[in-house]
Amino acid sequence: MKVELEADKCVASGQCVLAAMDVFDQDDDGIAILLEEQVGDGRLDDVKEAVALCPAAAIRLVEQ
Amino acid sequence: MRRIVVVGASAAGLAAAETLRREGYDGTLTLVGDEPLAPYDRPPLSKQLLAGEWEPERLTLRTPDALAALGLDLRLGVAATRLEPAGRTVELADGSALPYDGLVIATGVRPRRLPGEGPHVLRTLDDALTLRERLAPGRRLVVVGAGFLGAEAAAVAWRLGCEVTLLEPAPVPLAHAVGLEVGEILTNAHLERGVNLRCGVTVTEVTEDGVRLADGERIQADEVLVAVGSVPNTEWLAGSGLTVGDGVVCDEYCEAAWGSPRPEAGEVYAAGDVARWYNPLFGTPMRIEHRTTAAEQGVAAARNLLAAPRARKPFAPVPYFWSDQYDMKIQAYGYLRGHDAVAVVEGDLADRRFVAAYRTGDRVTGALAIGMPPKAIRPWRQAIATGAVWHDSVRTTVPAAESDRGNTTAAEHLEELTAE
Repeated sequence: MKVELEADKCVASGQCVLAAMDVFDQDDDGIAILLEEQVGDGRLDDVKEAVALCPAAAIRLVEQ
Repeated sequence: MRRIVVVGASAAGLAAAETLRREGYDGTLTLVGDEPLAPYDRPPLSKQLLAGEWEPERLTLRTPDALAALGLDLRLGVAATRLEPAGRTVELADGSALPYDGLVIATGVRPRRLPGEGPHVLRTLDDALTLRERLAPGRRLVVVGAGFLGAEAAAVAWRLGCEVTLLEPAPVPLAHAVGLEVGEILTNAHLERGVNLRCGVTVTEVTEDGVRLADGERIQADEVLVAVGSVPNTEWLAGSGLTVGDGVVCDEYCEAAWGSPRPEAGEVYAAGDVARWYNPLFGTPMRIEHRTTAAEQGVAAARNLLAAPRARKPFAPVPYFWSDQYDMKIQAYGYLRGHDAVAVVEGDLADRRFVAAYRTGDRVTGALAIGMPPKAIRPWRQAIATGAVWHDSVRTTVPAAESDRGNTTAAEHLEELTAE
């Protein structure tokens, strides 16, 4: 699956980093950064959690 | 469990519905929302949407495809009117009745109102669009209440060129939540820009041409926005036997509490703004109106609803909120309300770049940051999450601006800050 991040919607809560620290980080302003665009099954649950917890609906998982 | 009803189609209700599917629940799943719109996001209402930077489409929480993939029985534009526990049924305003085995209550809150002529409130997309139409250069806006919602709206209106008066009964904005020192920072942000923030004044009535204060003074305005807190939407639960008191009272698993005797009512959980649950991390019941908590609690309530009784997990989050006011991004973790002390632990209040830690009893229970990077804030979130002891965590060096007082120890510095 591919992860899509709309950075201009990001509110810098850091919820994605708490849910999936292998896939997300934050810059100095707190805005989310995508570390991995492609996620395999091993990290899928974490990323789905990040999608659910993001308070700005800024993360999506897209089938390829 | 073959029939689950989620009442409330905003952040918490949507998170619950999605989680139920993600955890493998494949029975009937009904999502009820009283607004006619697909689930949308509320924080931008007082920020980008009010400012005209975003249009309503941007607030949609899920694409139509993503929503369709959940296989929902979606009932929008219809409110729940009654919970009938003996029949395990939720009744809707259109006369239909939804039987359930499991129920998630996520009916949120509505704005508290003041007596008088129809002022603006700011809770729904409609509210925000209505107010937005009326904001223009030179228009006089009175905002009643300088909490986060009122302050954000005032900041937007100022940026749009309105003459803004912001009225607050407390000595500083958010005095009870953030403390006097941080409240003064927020105060100055308004005053410097020419927003007429008046603290210590009580509005008793909204009139045709403004507001009337407790001392009889009248303030003229073209538009009035009332932002004085909110009321949980629990009226539809009257007579159900559920324990209601400033929200749906829940245990640490977010399961709703019943009066005695407990009816055979199926499994009922609550999440989001409407839920008053026991947070074991802080050892106290709380009702949190934060966007992040809504999603977290929707997820937690859904998981516990599906779990075997012994597999349920307590919901023990560190609450988090953010607020955008002028050029400041304010971020806060934990439970600041009723704190005993505040200490600046990084940066400097005067620069509006700092982290302030909050103590309740002997524990670090909150942290508030303005203009600080995540790496400066994360350790404090961690301290709150682990219930860190205050005197082990807070070793403040005195901020540079105050260093002429000599080598004040952290403890002395704390005492100074605590004198509120």
